[in-house]
Amino acid sequence: MLKITDLRARVAGRDILKGVNLEVNAGEVHAIMGPNGSGKSTLAQVLAGREDYEITGGSVTFEGRDLLALRAEERARAGLFLGFQYPVEIPGVNNVYLLKAALNAKRKAAGESEVDAYEFLALIKQKMKFMHMSESFLTRGVNEGFSGGEKKRNEVLQMLVLEPKLAILDETDSGLDIDALKVVSNGVNSLRDPQRAVVLVTHYQRLLDYIEPDRVHVLSGGRILKSGDKSLAKELERRGYDWVAGAEVA
Amino acid sequence: MSSKSEEVVALLSQKYRHGFVTDIESDSLPPGLDEGVVTAISRKKNEPPFLLDWRLKAFRHWQTMREPTWAHVHYKPIDYQDISYYSAPRAPANAPKSLDEVDPKLLATYAKLGIPLHERARLAGVAVDAVFDSVSVATTFKEKLGKAGVIFCSFSDAVRDHPALIERYLGSVVPPGDNYFAALNSAVFSDGSFVYVPPGVRCPMELSTYFRINAAKTGQFERTLIIAAEGATVSYLEGCTAPMRDENQLHAAVVELVALDDARIKYSTVQNWYPGDENGLGGIYNFVTKRGECRGRNSKISWTQVETGSAITWKYPSCVLRGENSIGEFYSVAVANNYQQADTGTKMIHIGRNTKSTIVSKGISAGHAENTYRGLVKILPSAAGARNFTQCDSLLMGPLCAAHTFPYMEVKNPTATVEHEASTSKIGEDQLFYCLQRGISAEDAVNMIVSGFCKVVFKELPMEFAVEAQNLLSVSLEGAVG
Repeated sequence: MLKITDLRARVAGRDILKGVNLEVNAGEVHAIMGPNGSGKSTLAQVLAGREDYEITGGSVTFEGRDLLALRAEERARAGLFLGFQYPVEIPGVNNVYLLKAALNAKRKAAGESEVDAYEFLALIKQKMKFMHMSESFLTRGVNEGFSGGEKKRNEVLQMLVLEPKLAILDETDSGLDIDALKVVSNGVNSLRDPQRAVVLVTHYQRLLDYIEPDRVHVLSGGRILKSGDKSLAKELERRGYDWVAGAEVA
Repeated sequence: MSSKSEEVVALLSQKYRHGFVTDIESDSLPPGLDEGVVTAISRKKNEPPFLLDWRLKAFRHWQTMREPTWAHVHYKPIDYQDISYYSAPRAPANAPKSLDEVDPKLLATYAKLGIPLHERARLAGVAVDAVFDSVSVATTFKEKLGKAGVIFCSFSDAVRDHPALIERYLGSVVPPGDNYFAALNSAVFSDGSFVYVPPGVRCPMELSTYFRINAAKTGQFERTLIIAAEGATVSYLEGCTAPMRDENQLHAAVVELVALDDARIKYSTVQNWYPGDENGLGGIYNFVTKRGECRGRNSKISWTQVETGSAITWKYPSCVLRGENSIGEFYSVAVANNYQQADTGTKMIHIGRNTKSTIVSKGISAGHAENTYRGLVKILPSAAGARNFTQCDSLLMGPLCAAHTFPYMEVKNPTATVEHEASTSKIGEDQLFYCLQRGISAEDAVNMIVSGFCKVVFKELPMEFAVEAQNLLSVSLEGAVG
């Protein structure tokens, strides 16, 4: 589904990604772990099409299409979703309005008709219940005055409504208490499907207790240094990132 | 980045949608201004002697005045002798008595503007007193209003049919010598709208006037006077459009509102005069004096404006809060794109006890535009317990535009409370990317973010016009992402 080959990117004159290789198949959940500043978020943003990054080499295909040739909104409509590490507030713009516009943009791109307002409200209420979100969410502005945990829930809610083929979740677990972590994990797990894939970007092994990954990768210094199954996460937790980084130096 | 800039350029070059000229023979005065012209205007309109005297006094006063230069706007000097001060569509013998008699070309013009009179009137229950250049050509719903005792007619008709009301209230809020442009208007105003709502009457519908400047090189000097008598309520909407021309056109209007005891007036403006092209060529110079007086106790005047047009805007809808417990409000969205310059704001003059005022101003700048908020809150010694709340927010789109805020406060009563909040923000790359990542186009995303920014003001507009204002905003800002 997603194939990243020798991807290199820089921002403000600094090389961040220095040749990333990664292949994610439909039905899989991958976890990308790594220390701060290793390039995890950059990878997520580059895949989503943020323009602040300059691609200096490599290629990315998404379902056989050249992903890097698509604009951010086209990637989203093609089924790529990014759960933001820091979801931004958009004052005065209603949550539901944004989400409906997003869903309709996607449906339009797929040649489908706009979603019926009543159906949409029913859908979103059902998903909100699943995400343990209060009804007040319906009337509030996008992330306006939300707590850190509410913002993350909102990201997952949007994901559930948009049903992406590939979801990249950038530190969706950070800043969550244990109850919220369970809710968010349930949300992600409910989307697991042979037709979809999930890439979890995270610092901590903790999330992987709730969302079991098929593959775990360690990103450090702009490269994937080690890949393995879920036991790699446990080992990392025990031995720390220096173990991997040190291995490379040695 | 480069594909984005190209896109922005393409979108920004979107043409003004209302730029067409209706080909109708005009009955115009030649350019120039002297006492003879003032007298000729008054004669053409068969005005009573008091009004001619009033005009001449204003004209003589105007000659002693100088054009103000304090506003943060720049333009070439205006040659007042190069303007024609009267232009009326030539009607066969008499003015039309009903819509059926109106020149079909005129009606087609309104249709292009998106306001088919018949339908709009019928469906929306809006009475439209359409001012085409300087003379009102169609008035609808006169009868229904007449039953309620509401007078809603062209200014000329009011002079003819209700001279006592005109003599009593004209210039009572904006005196002829108030400022340079008000004095000019007082001397040469040609038409406008008049509303009188009698005591205890709630006006049964929204009143609306569409102004439109058509003939080339015609200054439009309309005059609006709205009186809400004791306990009366009225909501009035003014919308403006002008065709596209290379020369700059002058528009110097005066609007006066009078609210007596317990009366309420809501005055909403959606202004999209031609703003000039993307190089700053042409466009309307909009120098307007709008002022309301809460003359009676517990009265309320509320101004809501959405300003997207004009090359230059010089406009400060104000409230004089004379009556005890009276309330003044000003809600404004001012958009300036390309080379537009807007210097706008309000004045709240607190005279009576326990008077309250609220100011919410949202300025949006894009392209090379300059957007200035200028506001005065003045609390006189007599205004014990007066309160004001002011909020000024500016949104910048792109690196070349500018926003300025000049809030003036004069507080002469120690029991008064005055609050001021201000913010300036750039349209966030993060906000934009967030929307794009959800599959929303850049254009829709900007509209959404800007609408959110303006929401508190749009909320104040009458329902049917809130939608229109939002559409207008999206046309004005299409692609203006920095």
